[in-house]
Amino acid sequence: MAKDLTQELKFRDPAKARALAEAMQRNLDAIGREVSVMHVCGSHEQAIARFGLRAVLPRQLQLIMGPGCPVCVTDGPEVDEAVALAGMGVHVCTYGDMLRLPGTSRSLADAQADGGKVHVVYSVDQAVELARAHPAEEVVFFASGFETTAVATAAAALAQPPKNFSILSVHKYVPAAMDLVAQSKQTKIEGFIAAGHAAIITGWAIFEPFAQKTNTPVVVAGFEPLDVLASIVKLTDLIRERKAEVFNAYPRCVTREGSQPAQRVLWKVFEARSGKWRGIAEVPEGNLDLRPEFAHLDARKRFRIDTGAVRDEAASGLEAECICGTIMMGLASPHDCTLFGKACVPESPVGACMVSSEGTCRIWHTYGGAPDLRGVGLPASSEG
Amino acid sequence: MEKLVQKIGLKHGSGGRAMRQLIEEVFLELASPVDGIGLSALDDGAALRIGDQWLVVTTDSHVVHPIFFPGGDIGRISVSGTVNDLAMMGATEPMGLTCAVILEDGFPRADLERIRDSMKATALEAGAPFVTGDTKVVGRGDADGIFINTTGVALTRRVVTDAGLRAGDLLIITGTIGDHGMAIMSKRHDLGLQGDLRSDVAPINGLIRAALAAGGDDVVAMKDPTRGGVAGSLHEMAAKGKVGVLIDEQAVPVRDEVRAAGDMLGIDPLLVANEGKAVIGVRAASAGKVLAALRAHPLGRDAAIFARALGERPGAVILDTGLGKRLLAEPEGELLPRIC
Repeated sequence: MAKDLTQELKFRDPAKARALAEAMQRNLDAIGREVSVMHVCGSHEQAIARFGLRAVLPRQLQLIMGPGCPVCVTDGPEVDEAVALAGMGVHVCTYGDMLRLPGTSRSLADAQADGGKVHVVYSVDQAVELARAHPAEEVVFFASGFETTAVATAAAALAQPPKNFSILSVHKYVPAAMDLVAQSKQTKIEGFIAAGHAAIITGWAIFEPFAQKTNTPVVVAGFEPLDVLASIVKLTDLIRERKAEVFNAYPRCVTREGSQPAQRVLWKVFEARSGKWRGIAEVPEGNLDLRPEFAHLDARKRFRIDTGAVRDEAASGLEAECICGTIMMGLASPHDCTLFGKACVPESPVGACMVSSEGTCRIWHTYGGAPDLRGVGLPASSEG
Repeated sequence: MEKLVQKIGLKHGSGGRAMRQLIEEVFLELASPVDGIGLSALDDGAALRIGDQWLVVTTDSHVVHPIFFPGGDIGRISVSGTVNDLAMMGATEPMGLTCAVILEDGFPRADLERIRDSMKATALEAGAPFVTGDTKVVGRGDADGIFINTTGVALTRRVVTDAGLRAGDLLIITGTIGDHGMAIMSKRHDLGLQGDLRSDVAPINGLIRAALAAGGDDVVAMKDPTRGGVAGSLHEMAAKGKVGVLIDEQAVPVRDEVRAAGDMLGIDPLLVANEGKAVIGVRAASAGKVLAALRAHPLGRDAAIFARALGERPGAVILDTGLGKRLLAEPEGELLPRIC
C-alpha cells in the first residue's frame, strides 16, 4: 500500500501542476483565440472534476467531455432487450452501472424488483460461473463497455463457455465516436485527448488515420491529474504548431502497436457495425456485435426477444427535457440542463449521463459542477 | 419544482441535504420562540438562559449497526455523541445524562451488560453522570437488537454556535478524519481491512475545554462532523455564517488506511462520519494558540488548520486540491445508513 501511495503522489505534485498550467497559458496566449478540446472518457472526467483541474486551465481553453461513457450511449431499445430477457425468466448478468439505466420505459432494476433474475457482476467470468452452477438455466451476459471490457467478453467467448451461456452485446467502439464528433458541423473541437486504457489494447497508431482525415491532433493520456494536464499541454502545443499528429503522453502503459493478442481476441469474436447511440445518432462502426461464427453465443439469435411489452417510445415529460445527447456531443454542459441536480439526481436519474459513474452529469453532480473558481481565495479577493 | 417526498427513506437519516430538508419540512413546525437557542436554530442542541448562565440540552438516538465494531460499540457512541454535542455548544462539563433503551425480544443479556460496561467507562472518561433512564422491550423484528437514546444537560457561561464564522477565520480539525465511518463500512462490507481501521469514537469535551481555555472568545464556531462528515459540517457552518469556506485538501489529516479504503470504495473521507472529532472556527489571531492547546491533548495530537472562511461565495464550500479547485458538494445522504 505504501508503495502505491508513493507512486500515486508522484503524479499529484502541485508544483508540477502549476508549471504545466503556466505552459498551457503560454500556448493559449500564442494561439491568441479561444480553443475547444475534447476528451472521450469518463475516467478522464473523474480526474478533471475530482482534482478541480478546470480551475487551473487558461480562460481561453474549453475542456469538454464527449461521448466517453459506454453505459450512457447504450440505447433504450438495447436495454429493452435485456429487460425482456429478464421477463422471460432468463438470468441476466451485467455491470452495476447498467442496472438503473432506463430502457424506453423500464430498467433492469425495475425488472429485478418484479422478480426478474438480474445479477450485478464485476466481470464476465462471474456470469460464466453462474451458468456453470446452473446448467439447466439460461444465463445471459448483458455486455457493455468500450474496447477494454469487450476484450474480456471476447476472451470468455473463446474459452468454451457452457452451453447455457450467451451474450447480449452492447459493446461500443470509441474511435467511431471520435469520428462522429470531429465531423459534426456544430462542434468546433480542435484536438482530442484519447483514453489511455483503451489505447493499451488498440495501440496509439490507431488514431493516425483519424488525425490525418480530420486534420485534428490526438494525445493519448493516462488518468492521474498530472497525466491529464501534461496531455493538454501537448495538445495545445500541437494546435499552436498546426500539427495534426498523434502523440503518446502515456508511454508507461501505451505502445504504438498496442496488445496484439488482445486485438486478435477482440476481432476474432466481434465486428464493428453501425448502431444507434443513445441521444446522439447512428454511429458507423460504433457497435461491437458478435461475428456470425459466434451465433451460438449470441442472445439475439438464441432467443426470440420480443420487446413489445416493455417498449414505450413515447418519452415521459421529464425525458423529453433531458439533453444528455447534446451534452455527449460536446454542445452543452450539464448546467445547461433544467433537470440537472433538481429533477435529475443520482437516486432518481432521468438521463443516462446521471446513471453511470462515468457519465458527465453524474460526475459533475458528485464533484460540485464546474463553476469558475479560478480567482477564489486569492489574497486580493478573500478577506471581504 | 421538487415535490415533497411521501415516504421516508434511509437517506432522510443520513445527515445530508435530504435529512435537513425533512426536518425543515416536518419538524420545524414544532419550534416556538425561546430565550436562547431553540429548535429553529437547528444546532447541535438548545441553550436556554438561566440567570447569567445557559442550560444546554441535547438528545440523540443511537441505532448503529453492527453494535460492536472495531474501536467501539453502541454504548460508547451513545455517551460520546451526546457529550460531544454539549461540548459543541461550549458546554464541556455535563451535569447529567439520561439513558433510554429500546430492546428487541431475545436480545442477549451478556451483550447488554457489555454495552452497559462500555457506557459506564465512557461516562467516567467524560465526567458525565447518568441520572435517570427508561427501558422498553419490543417484539422480535420490531427493532434491531438495541437502540439507545441519551439526553445530556450542562451549564455554560458562553454558548458557541455553529453560525459564528466571519471572513478571515481559520478552521481547525482536531484530528484524522473518516476513521469511524470507514471502520463501520469495512466491517459491514467485510473489506478485510478491519485490522487497520478503527473508529475514533470518544468523548472530546476535555479536548474542547482545552481549546476554549486557550482561545476564549476567539473560538467562534464549532461542529462535530458526524453523519455527513466534515463536508456536511462545513456546509452548515458556511450557510449559517454566510461565508465561503476554502479547504486546503493537503492539510486535512487522513490515515493511509482510511484513504486506501476510500479509494477502494470510491468514497471521499471528507464525506465520512467521525465520532471523536470537532471542526473549530477560530479568529485567525488565536488559531496558533488553539492549535497548540489541541495538540497538547492526547485526543488532539493530529489537529491541523485545514480551511479558512472567505468573504466571497457565501454558503459555498470549495476544495483546493493542490492541483486545482472545485466545489465540495453537500452530502445528499444514504452514503451509509445507521452509522451512529
